[in-house]
Amino acid sequence: MLDKLINNTYRYGFRDPENYVFKSKKGLSKEVVEEISWIKMEPEWMRRFRLEAYEIFISKPMPSWGPDLSGLDFDDIYYYIKPIERKGSSWEEVPDYIRNTFEKLGIPEAERKYLAGVSAQYESETIYNNLKKRWESQGVIFVDTDTAVREYPELIREYIGTVVPPGDNKFSALNSAVWSGGSFIYVPKGVHLDIPLQAYFRINAQNAGQFERTLIIADEGSYLHYIEGCTAPIYSSSSLHSAVVEIIVKKGARVRYSTVQNWSNNVYNLVTKRAFIYEDSIMEWIDGNLGSKVTMKYPSVYMYGKGAKAEILSIAFAGKGQHQDVGGKVLHLAPHTTSNIISKSISKDGGRNSYRGLVYVGDKADGSRCSVRCDTLILDKYSRSDTYPSIRVRNRDIFLSHEASVSKLEEEQLFYLKSRGLDDSDSNAMLIRGFIEPVSREFPMEYAVELNRLIEIQLEGSIG
Amino acid sequence: MLKIENLSVEVEGKEILKGINLDIEKGKIYALMGPNGTGKSTLAYTIIGHPKYKVTNGRILFEDRDITSLSTTERARLGIFLAFQYPVTIPGVTVASFLKTILSIKRGENISLVKFHKLLKDKMNLLEIGEDFARRYLNEGFSGGEKKKGEILQMAVLEPRLAILDEIDSGLDIDALKVVAKGIERVFNPDMSIVIITHYQRVLNYIKPDSIYVMMDGRIVTSGGSELASTLEEKGYEWLEEEMLGAR
Repeated sequence: MLDKLINNTYRYGFRDPENYVFKSKKGLSKEVVEEISWIKMEPEWMRRFRLEAYEIFISKPMPSWGPDLSGLDFDDIYYYIKPIERKGSSWEEVPDYIRNTFEKLGIPEAERKYLAGVSAQYESETIYNNLKKRWESQGVIFVDTDTAVREYPELIREYIGTVVPPGDNKFSALNSAVWSGGSFIYVPKGVHLDIPLQAYFRINAQNAGQFERTLIIADEGSYLHYIEGCTAPIYSSSSLHSAVVEIIVKKGARVRYSTVQNWSNNVYNLVTKRAFIYEDSIMEWIDGNLGSKVTMKYPSVYMYGKGAKAEILSIAFAGKGQHQDVGGKVLHLAPHTTSNIISKSISKDGGRNSYRGLVYVGDKADGSRCSVRCDTLILDKYSRSDTYPSIRVRNRDIFLSHEASVSKLEEEQLFYLKSRGLDDSDSNAMLIRGFIEPVSREFPMEYAVELNRLIEIQLEGSIG
Repeated sequence: MLKIENLSVEVEGKEILKGINLDIEKGKIYALMGPNGTGKSTLAYTIIGHPKYKVTNGRILFEDRDITSLSTTERARLGIFLAFQYPVTIPGVTVASFLKTILSIKRGENISLVKFHKLLKDKMNLLEIGEDFARRYLNEGFSGGEKKKGEILQMAVLEPRLAILDEIDSGLDIDALKVVAKGIERVFNPDMSIVIITHYQRVLNYIKPDSIYVMMDGRIVTSGGSELASTLEEKGYEWLEEEMLGAR
């Protein structure tokens, strides 16, 4: 019965036989960190970066606030797994068993349709990387971060850890010590990428930690849309996903970062995402959090230049045994900066959503505007939702609004839909789809469709 | 098409319908008239199966099948349609996506986007509705007239067997009323029946019903041809009340 339930609720819950070339031993130590660096043949500065971060990690206590992380056992996790020796530069070169996994996820089709560059991360190493020639000719760099350390060491050395320092929090320290994979993107001045860049992430080995590290630099006047989709198969013991994403958006540039996160319900998803943005630039985080056991994620935007704009739009779904502790942080540090946060959350079957947000308006942020809207839908009496908004304002010449709503599905709406032939679950799904629509419409069409389908599966899966 | 036998209904413990008998034939248009608060809307909600309306006596037959205990969803799928007096707002769901969903349910298959858009365009032209309408969220920020047009558009797309139009004329100015009435006539076909519920006979200047039923205090008190509407217009419902008192 349980198996059936899991299969129904998690359609990506298939898995490959573990067929790996190298796996570090379980648990974390200085030796494991050194080993990771050695296998990757990294330069000395990166080895030191890792080791210093490791020291910070062991010295920092677990967070005393937020969700329950007591089920997380750092000694029971593999910190590095390398699935195959070489990377494929075209689809045909990717080994069959990995290709099968991606095919189930629909990547090749998606790619045929509209993707120009796919950087699909399987375990800790990016195995497939394909960038359209015209972008290369425009000077765009899109590689996995390990490759970037070898090929663009000056850029990585200059920027890594500048937006999210290893000492920022315990999990950014952990990621800095053991990171593997992730994307490095550089978009030169004035270059507009009209098709999104995309990466898929997937945990496969039992207890595999996944610690990708993404660094994006959008040079002046450039535009980039980056899409990250996460799915993972079901395993019985806990997995850890702890990523760091650093983004620098220079004058007049715009970056949109979209995520559909659907980790299976045993994954601790503890992610630090932050952007530093400058004059007249725009940063948009679009975030859908569906799976995982616990997610802690607060995409942040530090607005350092006048006229900068930040958008943080998120959808969170918490079902049985899940706690989504998500939100956003905006820091207005320059005049005439604008921010907009919209959070939509749905709790069901005892699931719990927390909105945790920070709005900071500094003394230099004259004429800034900030709007925060948190809407939460609670589907039954067992579920829960809280908001922890923190607002710190050091300036009088600003406009700030904060709105919050808690709702349930209205009987009269359900009746109206049923009078048109929808059944119970159709009606629920339609109202929920409508509830998240102001955010889901910001996702690319395929993702919005997948997001809706995943929510429908979640809704059906928990009946009975 | 629809046969209602000795139907009594209560809402929150209060009896509203007191033994209604009604026979709706295929291919005909009916008007159900009466003063406010006499149970016209209650009858409409009961026919579509609103859970708040409890049948205490009698039954409802639709195409010879007893539907008294069927769910709202089941009744809708049999081809019963109610145009609401106060259509509910469904935020975040566009008119187009809503119509596509309900049509796919009715047909039992996912209608292709291309086919659907052609069909939708035809129906919207028929009802003189602009293209923008399909992209708006269902009933959100709609004017009174737009809400009613939206209901008729749903009817046009679904092509129900029986359509009950609850106060379809309320809140409409004369131009909007003409458009809505013309739309209803265009959607009507000999295989369906329409029941227009109204307080005023105004709408009946534009749609000629085959028969008129008049309800008062939870009962059908009289019926007749379309000429009955003009009598009511002339003499008001008080005339009927007096007649009823006289009959007692």
